[in-house]
Amino acid sequence: MKFDVGYMIAVVMPQLIWAIPMTLTLTIVCAIIGNALAIPVALARLAVNPILWIPARLFILLMRGTPLLVQLYFIYYGVGQLIPGWMMRGYPFLRDGIWYAIFALSINTAGYTGEILRGALLAVPYGEIEAARAFGMSRSQVFWRVRLPRAIRICLPTMSSETILLLKATSLASLVTVNEVLRTANTIRIETYRVYDTLIGAAIVYFIIVYGLTRGLNWLERRLNRDRLAIPSTIKSAVKA
Amino acid sequence: MSLAWGDAGYGDDFFWGVCNTLLISVCAYAVALVIGLLGAWAKLCHIKVLNRAGDTYTTVVRSLPELLFILLIFYAGTPALTRLLVNIHLVEEGFEINPTGAVIFALSVIYGAYLTDVLRGGIQSVPKGQIEAAKAYGMHAPLRFVRILFPQMIRFAIPGMGNQWLNITKDSALVSVVGATELLSVGRGAANSTKHFMFYFGVTALLYLALTVFSLALLSQLEKRANRGVRRV
Repeated sequence: MKFDVGYMIAVVMPQLIWAIPMTLTLTIVCAIIGNALAIPVALARLAVNPILWIPARLFILLMRGTPLLVQLYFIYYGVGQLIPGWMMRGYPFLRDGIWYAIFALSINTAGYTGEILRGALLAVPYGEIEAARAFGMSRSQVFWRVRLPRAIRICLPTMSSETILLLKATSLASLVTVNEVLRTANTIRIETYRVYDTLIGAAIVYFIIVYGLTRGLNWLERRLNRDRLAIPSTIKSAVKA
Repeated sequence: MSLAWGDAGYGDDFFWGVCNTLLISVCAYAVALVIGLLGAWAKLCHIKVLNRAGDTYTTVVRSLPELLFILLIFYAGTPALTRLLVNIHLVEEGFEINPTGAVIFALSVIYGAYLTDVLRGGIQSVPKGQIEAAKAYGMHAPLRFVRILFPQMIRFAIPGMGNQWLNITKDSALVSVVGATELLSVGRGAANSTKHFMFYFGVTALLYLALTVFSLALLSQLEKRANRGVRRV
């Protein structure tokens, strides 16, 4: 049992690289579903009607107050048990852990992002909403065209760090039989008793993915804030002169 | 499906599970605080090599999944450390590191990195003039730290430190994967042997939730105490 760089590059790495698409797919799918679900959660949390805000608050507390692993086990073993046998036999894909992993990661993201989005919606300057009303926009137009885009811009840095956390959290899916990077590494580790090559290989792969994703999200942030970061042309010409 | 005490149910098992989770979290958090203080000092001092080392440490830990890091330390780090200790004749052949100790070490290395950044932010928030004034009074460095820097730094760092405490209690669930006994492993054991998955994982989740709610109440008290004497704007 010793560290062998040659073995790691020749045998472990190719298999881990084949597993990267699964990790990325999980991240992207759950980010899309989770962030989309976060909008109704945040709206319900902000509502005046207690029938809306009490459940939203409980949902957020439950998602943020319990470990993701417990949520995943609850959904995979607990909810999975409720599905009747004939359905399991009729639709074999229900046996696959990936659907439970996607479900758990998505609602978890919805809870975390919902709370972030709530803060951002409150931080939208009121003058902008008044201006939109003055233009004669309806309530839903004000929300979709002014308030939500502005709120997303406000919480973009927090949301991108949430996405990195989501990417790291997809490694938990390895515990419910999803063949992503960590499970692939673990399977090789158990079959070959090579601890160092496999786990360090996985660490290198995750480091590179996280680095790439961070750069990508930074680029997106700069691009969405282009108008704010750009130096006004009047100042530019003044500097030139 | 029972939470009775003793052999009839899993009540006492859950109780000891909560105790173990708390033990692991408290120990790991205490070690992480020490690592965090050292890390913050390394990042802020004037020695370039230490700056670089601190940055590398936090970047690497932050970009690896916690579960992978725990596996890495448990399966790769512990044997390596044991071998090292045997080779330098500090312990005898056949010595084994306590698995609970190993997972506490893993969690504290992870949270040491997060606390490094929280504490560094806290230190940087203390106005420079305060330190200069303390120097002008003739206080030496340890006294400046104890009397001026630390109490004010804690005030700025408490919200971040509280968040990391909440995270560490939740991430301690991950150590059940390597076979350490804590709340989630108790819940899993109960669920597996009775097949009442929903009930026992539900109970587990509620106990974690209770831990979080209790911690939140405690943290808001701590925050109030750290901010006494400061005018609210």
